Amino acid sequence: MTDKIKIKDLNFHYGAKQALKNINLSVKEKEITALIGPSGCGKTTFLRCLNRMHDLYPGNRYEGEIIIDGKNILEKGLDLIKLRSRVGMVFQKPTPFPMSMFENVAFGVKLMGIRKKKEISERVEKALRDSALWDEIKDRLNEPALSLSGGQQQRLCIARAVAVEPEVILMDEPCSALDPVATAKIEDLMTDLKKYYTVVIVTHNMQQAARVSEYTGFFMLGEVVEFDFTQKIFTAPANKLTEDYITGRFG
Amino acid sequence: MTREAYHKALKELQDEVLKMSALVGTAIKESMEALKARDVEKSRRIVKNDMQINRMRFDIEEKCIRLIATQQPMAVDLRVLASIINVITDLERIGDHAEGIAKISVSIGDEPLVKPLIDMPVMAGKALSMLQRCMAAFVARDAEAAKKICNEDDEVDLLYDTIYNELVLLMVQDPKIIKDATYLIWAAHNIERMADRVTNIAERVVYMATGKMEEMNVSKY
Amino acid sequence: MDAQSFHYMRRKFYNLLALSVSVLSAGFGIFFLFWILKDVISFGLPALNGSFFTELPAPPGAEGGGLANAIFGTILITVVATVIGVPSGILAGTYLSEYGRKSRVASVVRFVSDILVSAPSIVVGVFVYALLVKPFGGFSAIAGAVALSIIMLPVVIRTSEEMLKLVPDATREAALALGAPHWKVTVHVVYRGALRGITTGVMLAVARVSGETAPLLFTSFNNSFWNFDMSEPTATLTVTIFNYAMGPYEDWHQKAWGGAFLITAIVLCVTLLSRLIVRRKAA
Repeated sequence: MTDKIKIKDLNFHYGAKQALKNINLSVKEKEITALIGPSGCGKTTFLRCLNRMHDLYPGNRYEGEIIIDGKNILEKGLDLIKLRSRVGMVFQKPTPFPMSMFENVAFGVKLMGIRKKKEISERVEKALRDSALWDEIKDRLNEPALSLSGGQQQRLCIARAVAVEPEVILMDEPCSALDPVATAKIEDLMTDLKKYYTVVIVTHNMQQAARVSEYTGFFMLGEVVEFDFTQKIFTAPANKLTEDYITGRFG
Repeated sequence: MTREAYHKALKELQDEVLKMSALVGTAIKESMEALKARDVEKSRRIVKNDMQINRMRFDIEEKCIRLIATQQPMAVDLRVLASIINVITDLERIGDHAEGIAKISVSIGDEPLVKPLIDMPVMAGKALSMLQRCMAAFVARDAEAAKKICNEDDEVDLLYDTIYNELVLLMVQDPKIIKDATYLIWAAHNIERMADRVTNIAERVVYMATGKMEEMNVSKY
Repeated sequence: MDAQSFHYMRRKFYNLLALSVSVLSAGFGIFFLFWILKDVISFGLPALNGSFFTELPAPPGAEGGGLANAIFGTILITVVATVIGVPSGILAGTYLSEYGRKSRVASVVRFVSDILVSAPSIVVGVFVYALLVKPFGGFSAIAGAVALSIIMLPVVIRTSEEMLKLVPDATREAALALGAPHWKVTVHVVYRGALRGITTGVMLAVARVSGETAPLLFTSFNNSFWNFDMSEPTATLTVTIFNYAMGPYEDWHQKAWGGAFLITAIVLCVTLLSRLIVRRKAA
């Protein structure tokens, strides 16, 4: 397994407040890496470093290196638009755009510079098939995306992210607003996505991390306490803090 | 989200395992006493009491499964529950071995023993002590203590060999006692198996404490 | 009577009191509204006829004629004011919501437009008089349109900002996370989400300025004839109503009522249309 992303001595500050301290870890290519930890532990903050989402708001500062395919993405003058087209993101609450289902996915396709109608349709269909949504919505693609159920909206967002053909997909608690059936569908989908994409998922549901991921990182107070094979973390973690957290002895 | 009720249930479950091991320990001790004292009544009582141990094992196992289903235990909690399921199986089998000795005692009936019991009570005492210390290690999650106990299995095996050879020699000298001497060999064999089961429990204690699955001591039998 | 039922009675009494006060206040407001509407309809409706819409005003004192030029003038000035005021207002709102946000410049713009909202419209009229009428030597339709657009501007700025802000940040982030440039996110995603809200705001702003009189007195003034030249004085319904209502002739009063009815109907239509848009948004 090769490393897709290598994080070296990453520190992150929201203004004067340090949110991440000396993060060192590697994300393996075409595997699912889960990040767990109590609320406010920095796992989402860390995830949003990986596509430089923090740059949208003033006063945020990174130190250290995040190396994707040998290139440090924290370098000055990096093309953020290009970075984000390589590192896609799915959010906690479904974020369908106020337009039709088709247009939602086509938005991503068009960003790739594709203008031919036929090719756009083909790619939209492929993205929807890859996200296991095609059969459910193929007859009503021109209806507003907001008319879909929460779980379908989230899969639409995944389809939209996939349509850009990224290399890495970041997921920020993608099932926290969904019911168990919708959650199960997304989890199945993640396992499919793993064939083509490197996936990093933040979740507060430890069972979910245990079910879907190969690697798990436990974050606390802005630091990585333990990072190991998921199976190891959930059966015999090396660190007492990890153990106390996942067995519900604090948190 | 500390999980008070869940951790209380886990603790209670461990207490029940200890209670079960205490019952099994009593069965070992009393079955040997009954055999030595030729007390058929007491032996019958031991056979009957084994039912209670068997029931307890199912009861604890069900509680484990319920906790797994409802609480999704992880890490040490998961290892504890998985270990308990294995440990109670071994305890139940040890109980069966004690019951086996009691049944032999009933079968021999009022006839005198072919030889006075000297090594066998020592052997039973050894097995009992191994069980008790192993359960202490279980409570303390002490992998080192558990590993040490496994080494003592060799001493029990050695005693078994001694008793076996002795009885075989007696049978060669006097074929009339073959039946009763064979009973005693079976009794000794039951004790030897108890000690083997204790090493299984010790393996679970090590897994519980460290998360590593290791074979501790391969029995010769 | 025990204490508990006394408290209960007291609570019932206060409840009744509060209810009656609020019903009376509501009735008070609605009473005058309906009074105005009743007068406007009963005096205005009979004044409407074919020539009212098609003919120029008759010479003072003469019977007949119509307000065709004023109707056209109101439409012309309002449309031009919308063309000037709405795009700049929406762009300013976009700046506040999408780019400026909490910056100093943005808060200054916000503050100034809040003041502008409450500025008396006559002040705006005088300002445009000094800016476009005096230097260019005469009243003009364009000056009227500029005055109205200035009144419109802060309303459009603030409503578009508010409507754009209603689009959740998560939606912007989602679009940016796909690798979309900022302008594309604003135009293709955020505007789509705020379209109906902004349209409603614009409609209400148009409705508001179409009833303005004071600023037009100093800018477009009046004209008894057809005028299609933006640089010439132009008649409008509101100014005509003002003049005719003050005039000595009964026929003028009739015409003023007719104009009042017409302008009320226009404002009502625009308002209803914006309501309809909001309703469709909710559906």
